[in-house]
Amino acid sequence: MSAPTRTPSGAPAHLTGVGGGRVGDDAQRPDGVLKVRGEFAYGSDLWIGDMLWGVTLRSPHPYARIRSVDLGPALAVPGVHAVLTSDDVPGEKVYGLELADQPVLAVDVVRYQGEPVALVAADHPETARLAASRIQVDYEVWEPVTDARVALGHPTWNQVHDAPAEVTELSRESAHLHPQGNLVRHLKVRKGDPEPTADVVVVGEYEVGMQDQAFLGPESGLAVPTEDGGVELYVATQWLHVDQRQICSALGLPPERVRLTLAGVGGAFGGREDLSMHVHACLLALHTGKPVKMSYNREESFFGHVHRHPATMRYEHGATRDGDLVYVRAAVYFDGGAYASSTPAVVGNGGTMGVGPYVVPNVHVDCYGAYTNNPPCGAMRGFGSVQTAFAYESQMDALAAELGMDPVELRCRNAMEEGSPTPTGQVIDSPAPVAELLRRLQAMPLPPEAATGDDVDLRDMPGGVSNTTHGEGVRRGVGYAVAYKNVAFSEGYDDHSTARVRLEVVGGEAVATVHTAAAEVGQGLVTVEQQIARTELGVERVTVHPKDTTVGSAGSTSASRQTYVTGGAVKAACEAVRARVLERARSVVGRPVADLRLDGGKVVSDAEGIAVPLADVLGDEAVEETLEWRHRPTEAVDPETGQGFAHVQYAFSAHRAVVDVDTELGLVKVVEMACTQDVGKAINPQAVIGQIQGGTAQGLGLAVMEEILIRDGRVQNPSFTDYLIPTVLDMPPMRIEVLECADPHAPYGLRGVGEAPNISSGPAVLAAIRAATGLPLRRVPVRPEHITVEGPLAPHPSHARGGPLQGA
Amino acid sequence: MRLTCTVNGTEQQVDDVWEGESLLYVLRERMGLPGSKNACEQGECGSCTVYLDGLPVCACLVAAGQAEGREVGTVEGLTDGDTGELHPVQQAFLDAGAVQCGFCTPGLLVATDDLVGRSLAEGRKPADAEIREALAGNLCRCTGYEKILDAVRLAADRMSEAGR
Repeated sequence: MSAPTRTPSGAPAHLTGVGGGRVGDDAQRPDGVLKVRGEFAYGSDLWIGDMLWGVTLRSPHPYARIRSVDLGPALAVPGVHAVLTSDDVPGEKVYGLELADQPVLAVDVVRYQGEPVALVAADHPETARLAASRIQVDYEVWEPVTDARVALGHPTWNQVHDAPAEVTELSRESAHLHPQGNLVRHLKVRKGDPEPTADVVVVGEYEVGMQDQAFLGPESGLAVPTEDGGVELYVATQWLHVDQRQICSALGLPPERVRLTLAGVGGAFGGREDLSMHVHACLLALHTGKPVKMSYNREESFFGHVHRHPATMRYEHGATRDGDLVYVRAAVYFDGGAYASSTPAVVGNGGTMGVGPYVVPNVHVDCYGAYTNNPPCGAMRGFGSVQTAFAYESQMDALAAELGMDPVELRCRNAMEEGSPTPTGQVIDSPAPVAELLRRLQAMPLPPEAATGDDVDLRDMPGGVSNTTHGEGVRRGVGYAVAYKNVAFSEGYDDHSTARVRLEVVGGEAVATVHTAAAEVGQGLVTVEQQIARTELGVERVTVHPKDTTVGSAGSTSASRQTYVTGGAVKAACEAVRARVLERARSVVGRPVADLRLDGGKVVSDAEGIAVPLADVLGDEAVEETLEWRHRPTEAVDPETGQGFAHVQYAFSAHRAVVDVDTELGLVKVVEMACTQDVGKAINPQAVIGQIQGGTAQGLGLAVMEEILIRDGRVQNPSFTDYLIPTVLDMPPMRIEVLECADPHAPYGLRGVGEAPNISSGPAVLAAIRAATGLPLRRVPVRPEHITVEGPLAPHPSHARGGPLQGA
Repeated sequence: MRLTCTVNGTEQQVDDVWEGESLLYVLRERMGLPGSKNACEQGECGSCTVYLDGLPVCACLVAAGQAEGREVGTVEGLTDGDTGELHPVQQAFLDAGAVQCGFCTPGLLVATDDLVGRSLAEGRKPADAEIREALAGNLCRCTGYEKILDAVRLAADRMSEAGR
């Protein structure tokens, strides 16, 4: 079967790209020209002759039993080739990243609104949709469980009355959504004195709403049946091999008959770590014997991928009068929704890093992930650290206010540094310039004061050209936040990547080819792969092979890990190739290997002052090496105390936000964002800045506008009309300073970049709005009514020591 | 139905178009021009921005039949058809690092071409506030827009130099 094409050009392409660029340069993306010409083949662009279109029928109910399904009316629609249900899944009927608990297609019960129930393949997408709408499903509708604490039978907090509410009857013993109960994971962190006391105590309860990754390229791909009874899947995803494992399991096929190739990916941000249309398209293709394309529209995309966990958090911080942190007690509830996805790992991050980048001698954290009938939640950029950062940074501000200290001063006083102990008993063994990041932010100039009178430009005002204010009621606020995040996979996971590198002479020119399965999702890994090969092999021309499963796993494009781990693998494979080439060159050049290096497509001996073309060394032979590369091993944490070497590396960033708030209407205009971040080594400075700017935007979005609104388990706003992401009008100018404090354990000293700025940005915006309004603001996103009207989580004075935290 | 229109200067004729199809669908699935993107298909994201008789529109909101007999310009038409040379707006997006995942890029290129073209026709370069207003209908999830603004300024500078 021929590879799919999109007219007019073939896809996916080997990427050669223009220009050069080594490690540390602003190298241009090899896929950039294709992208600006409109010729880059994204998943939704794939096309092959005779292909069918697949669509999904999804449950309208968050919780229901399926009494019966009648496919007849759908099958009667002309142009329909197949209608499938769970009965047609030949292998395992459930899948999952960490726990296999999610049905490929609903089996008897649906546990969230939007759960896939049936599939249709037809010769036109609208025919398929029409047929899907004619499938008759008889549901017995049940009452959904929509609160994580209720699902676990834990009391809900009630700040207004300052007393725990009643324990509900609905516990994991009495009303479980899954056989093992409603608890996905409970992580405990216990350090120091279990009953500490302190001079000054602040308590706060916080909520973070459900954020969507809102990548622009919809879930999409093309499945092509193969002659051996297998299938080739071209798909936009984040981790080809974990997809392959789950697809094989569902199809009952061995890996050699399920081959995956990465299609162009229009952003990911965690939302493509779980399967979406993967198995569905393969099932339809195998069933019909024809290629099947699936591409979600935006509404389906909101139901077709996991979201960021909403969180409810209660924090208690104790400090000395001088401002030294004595203890932090926290309870964190993540609503995992109907299926586990990556909830266990999100709980791991939320718990182990839940007190922030501070030195705290006594820590008592309980972090829970629960099943509910809300949409499933899993990976999103910042992964469990975004939610807790809103809480711990709000607490630091509250503590500073209680102590009468400058909030930056309080943070610097308690900041982690190299050699500091973490709450999980790790010692930070590479630079951790938390205080320096904050001091540099503080030293940056502030933007000019807002214009007044005739100089007012409406476009600079909260409310913009809606003409809601000319400055009346507008107050400015400045807020700071700092955050940290683990890089790469943690808690003992065998986190590795595989790289195949070949060096040869083609048409007289030395050419390197890099082949990994690492997903390029827009972040620029393909550029980094080229830069590393150019640096290590001294060639200009580097081709990036299409990403597929004919090479070993690269692990996930998530956890800020690919430049570190796949970058490390490419570097190591290049070094192995170089060693072989130099060994061979030894006799040609007549110098020991130690005197030789590769540069400009030649073997160079500086001692002899000679350079021999690679063609003279290699002839027409290629030197190729494939190897797996691992970072230092981590270890599982102790189940009772959370202690252990959980994380291989931490990334640190800090933000300062300046906002103008129309306090009468509750409208917010972010005037400027400033960011400092340590990246260890900027492999591609332009791409690093791009990550910081983009991460900042997503954090700002969560602080002031982005939330999937759920009512009784039903999504209220599955569209870009009603789910708002920042536009160019919402994003202010940014000031950025990048530090390069090398991590001696990492390739080139680099530190993962992508997530940290997504974590510190939102809390800084929230702090700035608090500073402008004087309101505590304990929930994000902040909506106008939180500023203008007291809501359920509205301001209350911080008070002395509260009651014991539930669930300890 | 049969649809006849001019796309990027070439007359196109396609048969068997279902009346419910959008111009975006016809461009992508029937004319082999998938450069215009399908991020929301509801007129919110701007990723499908094309010229229709010289005015930028969301192709997802235009019924295919509305394009009958009219001139359509897509991202594929920005590149010089003879030399293959990139349009200055395309080159500026690359040089400024304004392309990450690239899904918003085609729509932004058309919107930028329109903005810069209009401004230069009036003998000036677009101010920042004007750029923000003009691109407010184009969502980008990767860049935070800073480098897109850089790219628009760079394109305006270069095109204004070249026009002198």
